[in-house]
Amino acid sequence: MTWSNGDGDAIQLGHGGGGRLSQQLIRELLLPALGTSDGVLHDAALLPAQPGRLAFTTDSYVVRPLIFPGGDIGRLAVLGSINDLAMAGAIPVALSLGLILEEGLPIATLNTVVASIQRAAVECGVAVVTGDTKVVERGKGDGLFINTSAVGRVDHNLCIHPPAVMAGDAVLVSGDLGRHGVAILAARDHLGFRTTLRSDLASLLPPVQALLAAGLELHCLRDLTRGGLASAIDEIATSAGWAIELQEPAIPVGAEVSGACQLLGLDPLAMANEGRMVVVLPQSQAEEALTLLRQVESSAAQIGTVLTAASPNNPWPVQLRSELGVLRPLDLGQGEQLPRIC
Amino acid sequence: MCLAVPGELVSINEHHDPLWRTGDVSFGGVLRQVSLACVPEAQLGDQLLVHVGMALAVLEP
Amino acid sequence: MSSSSPEQLLAEIRHHCTQSWTLMEVCGGQTHALLRHGIDQLLPAEIHLIHGPGCPVCVTASERIDQALELAARPEVILCSFGDMLRVPGRQGRNLLAVRAEGGDVRVVYSPLDVLAVAQQHPDRLVVFLAVGFETTAPATALLARRALLAGVPNLTLLVCHVRVPPVLHAMLNAPQCQVQGLLAAGNVCAVMGQAEYNALAAEHRRPIVVTGFSAMELLQGILQAVDQLERGAHRVENGYRRAAAEQGNHAAQALIQQVFHPIDCQWRGLGWIPGGGLALREPFASLAVERRVAPPVSAPASPEQAQGCISGLVLQGLARPSACPHFRRPCTPEQPLGAPMVSSEGACAAYYRYQR
Repeated sequence: MTWSNGDGDAIQLGHGGGGRLSQQLIRELLLPALGTSDGVLHDAALLPAQPGRLAFTTDSYVVRPLIFPGGDIGRLAVLGSINDLAMAGAIPVALSLGLILEEGLPIATLNTVVASIQRAAVECGVAVVTGDTKVVERGKGDGLFINTSAVGRVDHNLCIHPPAVMAGDAVLVSGDLGRHGVAILAARDHLGFRTTLRSDLASLLPPVQALLAAGLELHCLRDLTRGGLASAIDEIATSAGWAIELQEPAIPVGAEVSGACQLLGLDPLAMANEGRMVVVLPQSQAEEALTLLRQVESSAAQIGTVLTAASPNNPWPVQLRSELGVLRPLDLGQGEQLPRIC
Repeated sequence: MCLAVPGELVSINEHHDPLWRTGDVSFGGVLRQVSLACVPEAQLGDQLLVHVGMALAVLEP
Repeated sequence: MSSSSPEQLLAEIRHHCTQSWTLMEVCGGQTHALLRHGIDQLLPAEIHLIHGPGCPVCVTASERIDQALELAARPEVILCSFGDMLRVPGRQGRNLLAVRAEGGDVRVVYSPLDVLAVAQQHPDRLVVFLAVGFETTAPATALLARRALLAGVPNLTLLVCHVRVPPVLHAMLNAPQCQVQGLLAAGNVCAVMGQAEYNALAAEHRRPIVVTGFSAMELLQGILQAVDQLERGAHRVENGYRRAAAEQGNHAAQALIQQVFHPIDCQWRGLGWIPGGGLALREPFASLAVERRVAPPVSAPASPEQAQGCISGLVLQGLARPSACPHFRRPCTPEQPLGAPMVSSEGACAAYYRYQR
């Protein structure tokens, strides 16, 4: 999609003002890429009624740089919400798209991102059915913010959520950790390290659908995003009310992520991911699940086990067993990971 | 203190003044330019101990 | 000393240890590794580990942090430092993250050498590098200083807070209440400086010193060698980190430090005035000192550590365990630290918090 307007090649405040420039942006850039199935523009999209349960999710996306190795903010915004649906075992039905553009954003960048949104939506078998665009003054936004919401239909009868977690369950991770976080840090360039590593950004629909199709009794799924494995596991353990023990040597971390984390003093367990999930299911089904997960990502592994409810013997919601066999509590980190010297 | 990490010297940017001699060091495939000012003896393939962008020692194999 | 597994080393330590011994690991990186691997829980009960002052982030004088905060808030300044320095509170409890949130231009660098490019890219701004660290880090700052003078970058300045390890060990071992019987010296400091200063310390204070690395194996090896010496009544310097630390250290790095810096007496946070404990720029590099470019800020009153009853000074001297502090966890946490050892991920208090000791 190539589009530019006679007034320049960057976004202006007028593109969000509801006038001629707004119309032009929608008709010449957004609609040709994303379209509406019936070609009708209206205030609300009409969706066909679905039998059974629906899943509904929303998330906002902020990333710098907007285009990074292995993806861009557009693909991230589509797959992020689709992956949230996938964590309920849902199949996407419709997607909304809210764009907040900063004055001065190059139209070429917007074109790239919108084309990427379109490709990701097609890949997931979903259409953008409604959307909104606003423009903020230069300096009031980081180029481009995106919000997406997604509706999905639930075809199974499981309740895939923390309360379904049981003592003795296996805890799996669908692939190696930290690629997205390291790829983004490298792309920001200010720390001066280089890598061929790409973000792990990917749709989790195929592996989840494979697990469901095999009839596995999924107790909980959780995609790993900003806080990495650490916060995902902590959330599951805390909201399920069970203690989880992780085997540190079993946690898959690639050589490059490990190298970058050592160099900068960062924790791979707290690094961001965008195409990885935790799967909790009965131990007896762990091998079958791993076989399916490894068809997508060969590094998938069982990393731990659900213990009993938290007790004096298990004082921590999540504990790691080190290579030397000693237990320690999982560290959640302090939010922003800062490179350190010591 | 002093997070120092071993990595392999994979390329050298020679300079007539050792103060400006640098090299690329690979940490599991991640590359960082590192000063070789304190390890004039360093050769390609050596394992270096790196701290804040300075190689401080050539590690014994 | 040819054990090939941690279990074998532990067995050897148990075999050698016939009585109670108190060891200090000097380096905060070692403290964290010991707790992370759980080595403190695997050692025989007779071996007590005291956590040393080896965290340069923790011991940087709060006056210097206040100077950095004041400089970073100036619109003409770009303040660069290592990530760990951004959370360190000054005397009023504020840190560089707060100054950045209020609009200060505070930048995290991986290497001091990267600051030269920042200064060259912003010739109209005063670029200040907050230079912290032990002898391991000082060569990189020294190289930056030499490159800056050679390249003629007039807007690059240094706020030097570099500190030296042997003088503080000397002061601690001299203290009458000192319980330390053997030392695990920081391997990476020794990789730069060699063993000469430690030979003098071991002889004067009649304590064994083992140059020790950072992996589980290296830490256990260091503990084994220290216990072995204590059991034999020996007190010499041994090298348990030969892979990286040559006996003479790194001559080029030592030369850089000597060309650019000279030792000075200086304030260590929580520990007080340490004779010879710091480094200052010598001529002609002193022209890079930020104090030469801008007037120093007015000094603030007593530090909050004392005011709030924080015992970080005792912790840094190994005289109290972090968990013995009445403020530990409540209210003092890594997010809301009262004292410096809770700030740095290397600090003993932060290690106890993180690993729930």
